[in-house]
Amino acid sequence: MSTGWPWYSPAAARSVTEPRRSLTSPGDRPSVAVPSSPHTSGGSFLSRFLLHRNFSADRYAKTLLGVAAAGFLLSACGGEYTQSAMVPRSDFARNVDELFRGIFWWAVAVFVLVEGALLVAVLRFREKPGADEPKPVHGNTVLEITWTLAPAIVLILIAIPTIRSIWLVDRPPTTEAMVVEVIGHQWWWEFRYPELGVVTANEMHLPVGRTVDVRLRSADVIHSFWFPQMGGKRDVIPGHETFVWFTPDSTGRYTGQCAEFCGIAHALMKMELVVEEPDAFESWAESMGAEVVLPAADDTTESGALLAAGSRAFMSGGCIACHTIAGTLARGVLGPDLTHIGGRRTIASGILENTPEEMARWIRDPQAVKPGVLMPTMGLSVEQIQTITTYLQGLK
Amino acid sequence: MSGGGSLYGGGLWSWVTTVDHKRIGILYGVSALIFFLVGGVEALLMRLQLGSPENTLISADLYNQLFTMHGTTMVFLAIMPLSAAFFNFLIPLQIGARDVAFPRLNAFSFWLFLFGGLFINASFFFGGAPDTGWFGYANLTSTQYSPGMRVDFWVMGLQVLGVSSIVAALNFIVTIINLRAPGMKLMRMPPFVWMTLVTSFLLVLAFPAITVGLVLLMFDRTFGTVFFNPSGGGDVVLWQHLFWIFGHPEVYILLLPSLGIVSEVIPTFSRKPLFGYPFVIYSGILIAFLGFGVWAHHMFAVGLGPIGNTVFSATTMLIAIPTGVKIFNWIATLWGGSIRLRTPLYFALGFVSMFIIGGLSGVMHSSPPTDLQQTDTYFVVAHIHYVLFGGVIFGLFSGIYYWFPKITGRRLSEGIGKLHFWLMLIAFNLTFFPQHFLGLGGMPRRTYTYQEGMGFDDLNRLSTIGSLILGFSILVFVYNLLKSLRSGEQAGPDPWEGATLEWSISSPPPHYNFMSIPEVKSRDPLWHPGGVVVPDAAGEPLMPGPSFWPVVLAFGVLLLPVGALTMLPVVFAGLAVVLVGIYGWAFEPAEH
Repeated sequence: MSTGWPWYSPAAARSVTEPRRSLTSPGDRPSVAVPSSPHTSGGSFLSRFLLHRNFSADRYAKTLLGVAAAGFLLSACGGEYTQSAMVPRSDFARNVDELFRGIFWWAVAVFVLVEGALLVAVLRFREKPGADEPKPVHGNTVLEITWTLAPAIVLILIAIPTIRSIWLVDRPPTTEAMVVEVIGHQWWWEFRYPELGVVTANEMHLPVGRTVDVRLRSADVIHSFWFPQMGGKRDVIPGHETFVWFTPDSTGRYTGQCAEFCGIAHALMKMELVVEEPDAFESWAESMGAEVVLPAADDTTESGALLAAGSRAFMSGGCIACHTIAGTLARGVLGPDLTHIGGRRTIASGILENTPEEMARWIRDPQAVKPGVLMPTMGLSVEQIQTITTYLQGLK
Repeated sequence: MSGGGSLYGGGLWSWVTTVDHKRIGILYGVSALIFFLVGGVEALLMRLQLGSPENTLISADLYNQLFTMHGTTMVFLAIMPLSAAFFNFLIPLQIGARDVAFPRLNAFSFWLFLFGGLFINASFFFGGAPDTGWFGYANLTSTQYSPGMRVDFWVMGLQVLGVSSIVAALNFIVTIINLRAPGMKLMRMPPFVWMTLVTSFLLVLAFPAITVGLVLLMFDRTFGTVFFNPSGGGDVVLWQHLFWIFGHPEVYILLLPSLGIVSEVIPTFSRKPLFGYPFVIYSGILIAFLGFGVWAHHMFAVGLGPIGNTVFSATTMLIAIPTGVKIFNWIATLWGGSIRLRTPLYFALGFVSMFIIGGLSGVMHSSPPTDLQQTDTYFVVAHIHYVLFGGVIFGLFSGIYYWFPKITGRRLSEGIGKLHFWLMLIAFNLTFFPQHFLGLGGMPRRTYTYQEGMGFDDLNRLSTIGSLILGFSILVFVYNLLKSLRSGEQAGPDPWEGATLEWSISSPPPHYNFMSIPEVKSRDPLWHPGGVVVPDAAGEPLMPGPSFWPVVLAFGVLLLPVGALTMLPVVFAGLAVVLVGIYGWAFEPAEH
């Protein structure tokens, strides 16, 4: 990994193992004071300030520019981005990153030259008292040709690697890639592994070092599939099948989210990618492919009774209209597959940590957590919610 | 003829019935500035919401309305009509004409724009504003995913605005081609007139594409057709093509007037003619022409395949060349000049320096693979604001400071103007420069919130602080405007020693502009001895009288969408008013 990028982020470079805090858990709300508008006073203050005898805006400009420079330094520090596009972790992302770096330095060079010329012109040729009127020059053909050709040459130097990269990333994958079908829904992600018989939601697993051929479909409107560290985004379009492929090269957890505006809860349509060693991936796929190990649900023990009650509440409470739990009555297809929900790290498409408390909160009032979500409030009793949560948490 | 004595005298009725291009220009300008403030408040509300992670100030639903209306308002109701204000006020003055070719049609364009703008904004009071983005991608706009009237307001309001724009564009094409003073050959036209002509052609050619899209969408929503419905065999990507075939030329519709303004201001304040005039003009034409061949660069993430991506990438990169030529010629105009650093030039230089940044980030996403990382992130939000605010808005402010004396007879305060400039330049950069980093850091656009700990907190806070200062700088401008209107220094006919015809007449000009039509002998007529010859006047010229038919006809057109959203009889009433309006218009006796 190279350094020297202002937005380079050590946090994203690390494997992300700590679960993020939940989006709406009340405990850790940031205490950011919203800056109040500075223009509450009326014209009288303004006019006193402006009509001050020695007022000269230009003299304040230096101070203001200093403030601005400080601002840019601050902006260059930035935060530690957890899903930075500048921390590539796949062949696709590295290809794009390298291309971008080349173009970036061309842009810096052009910026310095042109803004520099502008600045020199303005500073050097300011009006001098008593000087003659300037010579009325109308143009110069040699100059015109020069500054037409110069950018053309730079653009050709940008276009060559660009086109090379287009033909690399836009063609179908050449190697024996693993197919993963991704289906975008308002507002969650469905992942299907046809070769492995695995269906899951919002948490994608991939083996490191193997190319994945992501086939994208939509169940409703246009979404866009984007794990910044795996490469560029690809739109998920109803009526079309699009694809994108990449080879993850580092294990870790990566976050991604929908990048095409898709309705009210677009901002909260997130997902996670777990890139793991092939062994770990195999065992994950095996556990996912297997029938869910239903926890012992009988009325002979206290915990068994709780699970049985939860299962009954789930099956009779309307949940099965939308959700599937393999091997049970629940075969709904509108919502995420919950067969192995207990094993996922997050719920509600990546915005809540998967704990019993958060899950109960989610079931009690989904709208409060994710405004606009299509999951209705089921009107379950506190007890029912508790037993359902216990039941779902057991579905590993 | 217009009211007693002063150009701006007369009561409300005289403004409603006016056909004077200067008064219509002012109507456009004032309406556009008010819409600009509305769009600005929408932006500030969004920035306040994003000032801290997981903020609950603005709901997801309201936020989506705000970003849709911010985009729609700034593009269609602020920048375009502000440009139209300049077209109206200046084109006849700069080409030595007494008015536009079709004065009543000109009034009609304005009223249609105003009614269309009010119609779209009325949605806030009737169940909420449009909330599917200014680009309204299908099939989110279908009745299935967007029930209610929100999208209908957008679809129909934009059609009304489209008629207004096309009518105005035709008017200016005819005016510029036919009403030039004797001796003003095409290659003697001021650059602003040239850019107006090019912009007008863009409008006439680009608006039909979006109109087709809007009509198809209206049919889908109203009559259950399936043009954009995949389950019925329609195609959602078709909308994207139609929208961007309009949408990219639209960017140049917004940009070219400012390029024209800057090409007037820089020579005036450098005391030198525009360097490489023909190259500057041809570059403008070339930008407009190439602008029709680049639309799919908005769609690289759709997956058009390597051939499509290569072609649209190459055409997009080509546009950088004529754009660069313009910038180099402006610098060459300054070079060797005797530069008078007055507020109009401040804003023109702000335009050039910020536009360079927007252009360079534009080159970055003309490369499809890098665009795949940047599109739909805050990087693009930064880019478009460097082009449309750092570029276009600075250019328009340059024009306001430059021509305010011509329009009102008084100068804007230089001191407050410079304060406005520095505040705006710095706040603009504080607001939008950090957004480059946010985008590359993985922050998607059109998201009403973001989680704590993703690394977005600090720069969003900085951006929000910048936006509040930016809002304050606009208040400084409004203060300057109001104060200078009342007590600004008298300007006289030619406060800047300009080269073009408008500076040869009084400020504000008489309602007939030129007592006798001047004869132009040079590209910079007022800078050359004998550059303009004014024949003897043959008495005060006759001017067209006021007419209320334009506003009647525009009102009839407004009733059509209002009826479509309420009840059918209103549509028929609207049709009746339209027919009466056309009849009355056609047979109005010519009075002077």
